[in-house]
Amino acid sequence: MTIKPPVQDFATDWDHTDPQWVNDPYPIWEDLRQRCPVAHTERFGGGWFPATHEGVTTVAKDTENFTSRTILVGNGRPGEEAMPAPIGVAPPITSDPPFHSIARRIMLPYLAPGPVNAMEPQVRALCQRLLDDMGDHEIVNAGDEYAQFIPPAVIKQLLGFPPGDEERFREIIHIVMEGVDHTEEERLEEFVPVEEYFRAQIEDHRENPRDDFTNYLLNVEVEGNKLADEHIFGTMLLTLVAGIDTTWSAIGASLWHLSTHPDDLARLVAEPDLMPVAIEEFLRFYAPVTMARLVKHDMEYLGCPMKEDDWLLLGFPAANRDPAVFKDADQFIIDRAENRHVAFGLGIHRCAGSNLARMELRVAIEEFIKRYPRFELADASAVTWAPGQVRGPRNVPVRILKERR
Amino acid sequence: MKVSIDAEICQGQGRCFSIAPDIFSFDDLGNGVVIGDGTLTKQTLDLARLAQSNCPEHAIFIEE
Repeated sequence: MTIKPPVQDFATDWDHTDPQWVNDPYPIWEDLRQRCPVAHTERFGGGWFPATHEGVTTVAKDTENFTSRTILVGNGRPGEEAMPAPIGVAPPITSDPPFHSIARRIMLPYLAPGPVNAMEPQVRALCQRLLDDMGDHEIVNAGDEYAQFIPPAVIKQLLGFPPGDEERFREIIHIVMEGVDHTEEERLEEFVPVEEYFRAQIEDHRENPRDDFTNYLLNVEVEGNKLADEHIFGTMLLTLVAGIDTTWSAIGASLWHLSTHPDDLARLVAEPDLMPVAIEEFLRFYAPVTMARLVKHDMEYLGCPMKEDDWLLLGFPAANRDPAVFKDADQFIIDRAENRHVAFGLGIHRCAGSNLARMELRVAIEEFIKRYPRFELADASAVTWAPGQVRGPRNVPVRILKERR
Repeated sequence: MKVSIDAEICQGQGRCFSIAPDIFSFDDLGNGVVIGDGTLTKQTLDLARLAQSNCPEHAIFIEE
């Protein structure tokens, strides 16, 4: 890790790891929307950040001028070190057209509403079990006793990985997400145990085939050919890394909101039919995920002189707060009927796991408020937000209150 | 009055069929599809419009 000076002006020196951005990015983005609206930085080797809904959606849909071969901002220009598109390390998220659509079509049937709905009873039972374990303590942690256990269990089930490996998943995510500013040599070394772990799982699935996503990837054919091992590994890695702390951040942020907004909690408890609409507002307001692209070639774009291999940070959470698209954008409106949010991104890279994430989020909140219809944040100072491109609260200590009679 | 989804634009965000499950459904990939020929009545028009106003991809079209 390098020690970086604090940001003085986010318009010319943005840094999504700066404590000010991590703790409360929304006023920064509002300021940028009024002044820029595309911010620049020399950090990370140079990059751009459009703060408006229009800027974000324009770039997200433009695969001619931007490549996805690297999607996590690192501490320098990726240049030749990044895996070449179109395939990338973790297809399809790191893939460009035309390969992208092949890799995506392979994944989507497994994550479509049908199979996801079939998983719902298991997720519900898991949530109930976690709540049972939390018991009737006065203070429980909706983050590290609840939210953070749900997605790992779901992903473990989906990939058919051994029980008890959830801690392993956390290490893998840490290596992938937080090692981005290490040198290429360090990265390769850190990746060895990750590859070994996945190789062992793949081997086990070859020897003991079962009905899960891993065996599906091993068997699926594209024009008569099985997938290359790198492709299988990459898609499994993507499923694990993209399916865990993203969803747990959304669950944690939503429960944090309810712990600090008693009127919204009371309304959700009283009107369960409101849940689907409320879920979309949680997703809009607390969208956890920010993605990156690389500029493909030198060009004037959104009024900016972009250079090949500049970073382009796609702030879906910023787009979701743009008053040009959302009325009272900075207000959480639990029954907001029109909500064209882009929490899952948009265009060809729309989050492939969005149906699964949405189901987990809904079931996790439903079960939590059924068990604890009244609760409040117990210790605001204990709530820390994870930095970087996936933002969510790690600890959400809440005091369970007695039900009003 | 008719509603349609442009399959070239739809990315399977899943908003339409959760808002208006009597008008929209999904295919094997999770992309939105219109149920039947998409004819809307006075009763279903508002719901179709609501789905349209929630689609992040602007993939829903209504002919009035």
